[in-house]
Amino acid sequence: MSLKEKLVSSFMAFEDTVDVHSSVHDIRTEAIKTFEAEGFPSKRQEDWKYTSLNSILKQDYSVFPKHENDLEFKDVKKYFIHDIDAYKIIFIDGKYASHLSQTTHDGLDVCLMSAALTKPKYKVIIDNYFNKIAKKDGLSSLNTAFSMEGAYINIPKNKVVEKPIQIIHFSTGNEAAVMLQPRNLIVVNENSHVQIIERHQSLTDNPVLTNSVTEIFANKRAIVDYYKIQNDRQSASLIDNTFINQKQESLAKVHTFSFGGKLIRNNLEFYQNGERIDSTMKGITIIGDKQHVDHNTLVHHIEPNCESHQDYKGIFDDSSTGVFNGKVVVEKLAQKTNAFQANNNILVSDKASINTKPQLEIFADDVKCSHGCTIGQLDESAMFYLRSRGIPEKEARALLMFAFSNNVLDSVKIPEIKNRITKIIANKLGVNIGFDL
Amino acid sequence: MLKINNLHASIEDKAILKGINLEVNAGEVHAIMGPNGSGKSTLASVIAGKEEYEVTEGNILLEGEDIEELAAEERAHKGVFLSFQYPVEIPGVSVTNFIKTAINETRKAKGLGDMPAKDMLKMIREKSELLEIDRKFLSRSLNQGFSGGEKKRNEIFQMAMLEPKLAILDETDSGLDIDALRIVANGVNKLKSKDNAVIVITHYQRLLDYIVPDFVHVLLNGKIVKSGGKELAHELEAKGYDWIKEEVNA
Repeated sequence: MSLKEKLVSSFMAFEDTVDVHSSVHDIRTEAIKTFEAEGFPSKRQEDWKYTSLNSILKQDYSVFPKHENDLEFKDVKKYFIHDIDAYKIIFIDGKYASHLSQTTHDGLDVCLMSAALTKPKYKVIIDNYFNKIAKKDGLSSLNTAFSMEGAYINIPKNKVVEKPIQIIHFSTGNEAAVMLQPRNLIVVNENSHVQIIERHQSLTDNPVLTNSVTEIFANKRAIVDYYKIQNDRQSASLIDNTFINQKQESLAKVHTFSFGGKLIRNNLEFYQNGERIDSTMKGITIIGDKQHVDHNTLVHHIEPNCESHQDYKGIFDDSSTGVFNGKVVVEKLAQKTNAFQANNNILVSDKASINTKPQLEIFADDVKCSHGCTIGQLDESAMFYLRSRGIPEKEARALLMFAFSNNVLDSVKIPEIKNRITKIIANKLGVNIGFDL
Repeated sequence: MLKINNLHASIEDKAILKGINLEVNAGEVHAIMGPNGSGKSTLASVIAGKEEYEVTEGNILLEGEDIEELAAEERAHKGVFLSFQYPVEIPGVSVTNFIKTAINETRKAKGLGDMPAKDMLKMIREKSELLEIDRKFLSRSLNQGFSGGEKKRNEIFQMAMLEPKLAILDETDSGLDIDALRIVANGVNKLKSKDNAVIVITHYQRLLDYIVPDFVHVLLNGKIVKSGGKELAHELEAKGYDWIKEEVNA
């Protein structure tokens, strides 16, 4: 039985566990039909030309992991940004882990999607926001069909959330292979600010496939600062589907740091429904071996006087492969749009490759749009300069790679994240040198 | 300290150095002069270990050890320092972070731990004062947007920090105004001791008014064709190189 068949037939079993007489379930039922019709994407689709899911779909994933797995904080502490006070929503094999979490209902909701989807007091929010901007393609629909658990965050008006919120999904590897479908909903109301850190981490080398969907609503003048730390084991793959709907004068920033994992596909879409909106997406990708990271971004400029900024850096070693596909759509109404896109890459090895493709669809005539992509190698004269000062080849290489990518870190607002990322990079590059910022 | 025997080197099969012999002892300052294209910078790069150059004959001994097989960083660890004619701009790496990494990697190679932060700061402060370098300058990206003078002062600052045994200054005077020249030369003179040696590569005698050489060598077409005392530099300044070319051809 193919994974698709297995998932479709599992839906009935899933229905035994949820309230089928709810508007949410109507959405799920619709979604499984879409998945059944569309299935998983194939390389024949333009957006998937350079990323094949075939090898990861072959595994016999368990789609409902058993809940018998526990973890002690001390064993997984290193995956937290633990040196800051934070709200935490932690999952183990897809199930909520209350002892590792710190949620709240005190002036804001930082809690569970399963509660939001079932309890009457959340019904209005769910009716207004759930599955409203998620794409209706096969993968997102698959997630919608099985949507049950994940993070639910609702920040009321005029609230600056002082502590960042960490969302971490652990997989224990207690089963041979597991597929996870976390679903997050984040609503940030007028004038409110929030910082969120998301991470997926498997703890053994058993295969994991995560197909995650996150919907974010940044309402008027809201500020959303989102960090994705992708540093999983090379047995784990991640398809991250994140959709952001912005209202006027809101600011949404997503930083994606991709260092680990077997295959990562980031579908990141911004929709600007209002004026004077700022959307920023930045990324550092440093991979090797046979790793594959694909950034597929979309900014949809719908109204006038908005901006978008994209800056992705990639460093590819060994036989690793990268894809950057950045689409910017500027509607006819969206005059005075400023849209910038940059994708710079270094290929460290002869066998590594990157496919980069900017796609601009501009229907307005008074706009400023720029895009640029580069693919290069490390500068040999810079290497000699560093080495002539006593810095060995490996360290010199690491220093140059870090220097190449570190302007992406300038916009990281949480120093502990900056420190963590620089440590991960040093570790990834196999050096023990401080990259002072 | 340095002994170069019959050194031949080429790049992409083009011979540049064609039999250099040179001996530099501790405590000495040697100037190497010569017209454009005579091989001066190549000699500097070959001593420092630039891999593009291939040594086809002869050898380079540093304190009796043949360094041909050593990588650039290993030569640096043994005390070789090259002040670049064109220091490379490296955006994203600050001067301070760069020099800290260089010092600690050199210490690591010698089996020592990192220099304590306090000592490092003290040293950075002292050496930057010696070269009249502003503290703000140290947090800028290495050489990026530096003026010609700033780049060269930064090179000598690095030399001061790394305390090499053998410093090779490749056209350190080019692009310097008279004040910067004075500062750079003053820095080099303060760092000079009986235990180290300096090779100054230059076109002009100007720098040699400040850093006074014990020996002057003229490099022509990949060979040292004439050596003498500091008065040779004045003679070259006055008469150019043509008379030497004629002497060689005669």
